[in-house]
Amino acid sequence: MNRLVSRSVLLRATRCFSRTTEVSGKQTCLIETHKKHGGKLVEFAGYDMPTQYGDLSIKESTIHTRKHVSLFDVSHMLQTHITGKDRVAFIESLTTADVQGLQENSGTLSVFTNEKGGIKDDLIIMKTDKDFLFLVTNAGCIDKDLPYLLENAAAWRAKGKDVNIETLDNRGLVAVQGPEMAKVLQEGTDIDLSKLTFMKTTVGSVFGIDGCRVTRCGYTGEDGVEISVDPTKAEQLVDRLLASQAGKVKLAGLGARDALRLEAGLCLYGSDIDENTTPIEAGLAFVVAKRRRETLDFPGAEKIVKQLKEKSWPKRRVGLLAQPGRCPRSHLPLIDPLDKCAIGFVTSGCPSPTLGKNIAIAYVDKSHSKEGTKFIVDFGAKQAPVEVVKMPFVPTHYYTGKK
Amino acid sequence: MSFLARLIPTVSARTALRFASSGRFYTKKHEWILVDKTVGTVGITDFATEQLGDVVFLELPEAGTEIEKGDSTGAVESVKAASDIYAPVSGTVLEKNTKLEDEPGMINKSPLEKGWLYKVQIKSVDELKELLNEDQYNTFKEEEEAAH
Repeated sequence: MNRLVSRSVLLRATRCFSRTTEVSGKQTCLIETHKKHGGKLVEFAGYDMPTQYGDLSIKESTIHTRKHVSLFDVSHMLQTHITGKDRVAFIESLTTADVQGLQENSGTLSVFTNEKGGIKDDLIIMKTDKDFLFLVTNAGCIDKDLPYLLENAAAWRAKGKDVNIETLDNRGLVAVQGPEMAKVLQEGTDIDLSKLTFMKTTVGSVFGIDGCRVTRCGYTGEDGVEISVDPTKAEQLVDRLLASQAGKVKLAGLGARDALRLEAGLCLYGSDIDENTTPIEAGLAFVVAKRRRETLDFPGAEKIVKQLKEKSWPKRRVGLLAQPGRCPRSHLPLIDPLDKCAIGFVTSGCPSPTLGKNIAIAYVDKSHSKEGTKFIVDFGAKQAPVEVVKMPFVPTHYYTGKK
Repeated sequence: MSFLARLIPTVSARTALRFASSGRFYTKKHEWILVDKTVGTVGITDFATEQLGDVVFLELPEAGTEIEKGDSTGAVESVKAASDIYAPVSGTVLEKNTKLEDEPGMINKSPLEKGWLYKVQIKSVDELKELLNEDQYNTFKEEEEAAH
């Protein structure tokens, strides 16, 4: 079985890789940039996206991001405006967020939940000082999220409510991540980055490009921003950032992005969270806002809040540290060393470039979810010990404005 | 031009140039075996290492291990992915590349030479007939790419 799993990883890589011989997927506004810089393109969520660039390996690119700054094309993600005077109540009806309680120009990570309390998708909601909310949702969930938003908005309008969904088609989204981000970006923007703390958003000019929405967030655990930019100017933005003398700026692809988010203990939708995991099981209780735990007016609220109050969840997302050797990877079973019973499974894992150790995210029975618990990962022909450890694996460096 | 379109001619040209008379045989799972009488040296192709990216760990069979053609005889891991290594022929492992175990990244730099994995006493040289030669492997690789 392990054979199937691991071989399929390579086959999948081969297949994806091969697809770029023909025009297969959709392309972001930065496709020429990827080609110009030797991006190794694969199909990801329907888009031709780079896994890495030129000679820079995934390991080197990951370490570069932690030391300097990397640019990621994340334009494949869905950017949406929600307008209308009932927009806050509308988005709250579908998610666990307290958007009412958010200050203007700030945002939160949240989840769309289903009736079973499972996660339909994770998303970022920004409450702007204009007449709209700004949403960023996963590219892989576009076919699910967009009809869901449109249908619900139509239902609200049928009840006389005022809400509209406007997708920002093809708009660019560039993530600038790493400790040198502020130095590099401040040179080219009229936005005071010292005041733009984690999860705040604003609009300004960036390297001469007006109307850039800059949000202090990311998916690496490092300080960083995501810049939503006019698609015709995205390439110019990237070129200007790469030319910066204020820091070492390099392009990074999906390979480093995955390693970085894993090191930061962040979930990948479809791997670490899905329709069958609740935010509580996923260790994301913080996305279920305090007020919403009282109002109970989002899909699956009763199940989620019951789990939270009674601390009763059947399984739990944990971080694992493995011994040197083979690394636990997605789908591998976890086994109790004494009774040999299956107690869970790995959902993602990789040799951490930053730590030089094998790390993984897994779901295990509540009984095995405590820090320090030791059990076994089953590779098929071989088995290896693993231990539950605290996440993030690599300390995060979000810019909170406090020292 | 896509990365792949650039890669194929480069790899084929380089491989053809350096190993046209090398006598390597290949599997459809991207292993190679270089045969000297009844001893084979086994590795994975540059195509495979390109797919995997920077290799950080290798699991190789110990000397004395009896292997069957098609068996999983080890594993290779990069940050991106893990893959089993399959035996191209049956036989007995004579030696593994311990230098490579200490420095796994060498397989990316030199997959066909310094990055060899293990040496095997071949049980039946007839099994080699079932493998691909250089040209067949290159054609197979290109067909596989075109099919997807």
